[in-house]
Amino acid sequence: MSTINKNATQIVATVVSNKRVGQYHQLIINIGELAALCKPGNFVAINVGGENSRMILRRAFAISRVSTNTISGGTLELIVAPHGQGSRWLCSQSEGSTLDIVVPLGTAFGIPTEPVQALLVGGGYGSAPLFGLAEVLNAKGCRVDMLLGASTASKIYAPMEGKRAVNSLRIYTEDGSMGQSGRVTEPIKALIEDMNIAVIYSCGPMAMLSAIDAITRGTHVVHQCAVEESMACGIGICMTCVLPVADESGNIFMLRSCIDGPVMDGSFVQWDKVGEVL
Amino acid sequence: MTVLDFSTTLGNAWFPAPTFTASGCASSGRELAQFFDLKDMGAVVTKSVMMKARTGRPTPRMAETPSGMLNSIGLQGPGIDAFLAKDIPYLVEQKARVIVSIAGETIEEYSTLARKLRSVSGISAIEVNISCPNVENRGLVFACDPEASRRVIDGVRRTIGGELPIIAKLSPDVTDLVAIARGVVDSGADGLALINTVLGMVINLDTMRPHLGGKTGGLSGPAIRPVAVRAIYQVHAAMPQTPILGMGGVSSGRDALEMIAAGASGVSIGTASFGNPTAIMTIQNELKDLIIAKGFTSLRQVIGYAHRPDEAKDE
Repeated sequence: MSTINKNATQIVATVVSNKRVGQYHQLIINIGELAALCKPGNFVAINVGGENSRMILRRAFAISRVSTNTISGGTLELIVAPHGQGSRWLCSQSEGSTLDIVVPLGTAFGIPTEPVQALLVGGGYGSAPLFGLAEVLNAKGCRVDMLLGASTASKIYAPMEGKRAVNSLRIYTEDGSMGQSGRVTEPIKALIEDMNIAVIYSCGPMAMLSAIDAITRGTHVVHQCAVEESMACGIGICMTCVLPVADESGNIFMLRSCIDGPVMDGSFVQWDKVGEVL
Repeated sequence: MTVLDFSTTLGNAWFPAPTFTASGCASSGRELAQFFDLKDMGAVVTKSVMMKARTGRPTPRMAETPSGMLNSIGLQGPGIDAFLAKDIPYLVEQKARVIVSIAGETIEEYSTLARKLRSVSGISAIEVNISCPNVENRGLVFACDPEASRRVIDGVRRTIGGELPIIAKLSPDVTDLVAIARGVVDSGADGLALINTVLGMVINLDTMRPHLGGKTGGLSGPAIRPVAVRAIYQVHAAMPQTPILGMGGVSSGRDALEMIAAGASGVSIGTASFGNPTAIMTIQNELKDLIIAKGFTSLRQVIGYAHRPDEAKDE
């Protein structure tokens, strides 16, 4: 067996619940024992549209949280924005319906071995997987501070129960409709200086990840980011979700964000070369 | 229980099943090995490899279209030396049968690649991809030019000698496919891979510009299946002795059977694996059941069956 896609399994899974949360949908899906193999940062790939769909490609969604001991067995939670045809179909699936799902996929956030100070930065529904990560970091004894940003209040995803695992949570909206007015990246520089931040975990739009990298570059702060590129397969065979990433000696490779990511070390990603010919 | 001979041949290469990956849709096999045993299918057709490592085209590289997708990868790959050092040994260790797909920028590059492959053990056949649509210079699509196609295949044949079967992968984006097919077979191709993707474009209505980084891309998936069936049928009608590896939107056993009846000796599964990592195994099993249900005892009986003469009418 190869180490690529290790643990990935294709199953038919049942939707346990589907609730609207602001502009998003929270789906809980029963994946049985596979829940124990899912780590913060991993994602799933789901068939959409039913048997005779003209949508032939799987859709990738970040796992926001897993529970290994619920009454219905192991479950995972997805926070889905009903933007495109595929995600709208998924958000219309009611309790009890079944999904063809491949789980778990991709790299996971690296968890520090020491109880360090961690800053979690989320943009839009990119905040979802950070709450599951916060729980893991919290259990390791890390101090966890969180910054969430979006264009407007309805695009902030910050569930009540998620806040229990964080020491502080600050919200930024560009239109000032919730929390402080401005971009989520604005306070990061000062926070790095004021607090003893060892690692930043980020998830959200590429522009946000790139802006965080510009702040952490040249500092001792490790930046682990979950990147987002459109994928056709999620398992490494289509070569569409590539990003320019440098290795230790500076050679740049087009790496697949599905199997070499989605979690990558931000300092190796060549942000200025994304979408360019190398 | 009916016993079915499910095996097939492409030139002198024998395969226990007629189901293959499509080049460029399975990388070099490792990614799919988590989902099924690579040795259980006909063969892995590896992603077209060039002399040098290549980073490919800029993103976005993909657009989903109704029952299909456009891709614009541009032959990203590790280059032949890294491929031979890492990927072939892995596939051999998995006991998978291997068809190596090669692509060159020049006629000479194809011959040089063939020289590299000549003494490599564990390879069943070579696919010569002369029809990748995702190259900056459309003049590089050798398969659109009968003379260039012939010269590529002739060079590979001379280099490789007589042993290893050569399969030429052709484009449907031509006026006279049969003439190009005839040319490459006359130049030494043992078989044909039909069809490569169809050149297409999507305009992004947010930016009001072509969506793909490379502007144009190759259309694949069920949307192009009838084009592929037509191409296979036409070429098989003209050259019934030439084995064809059929591909283009196959996503079920019935789709595979259509291609075989049209004249394909084997079927490659590409885009269907993107939507379903176990598609090849599902299609293989469905195809076997369908052939048995129709009363055939060997796959060979079905190849080109759609070309049979009209049945005599009962009086």
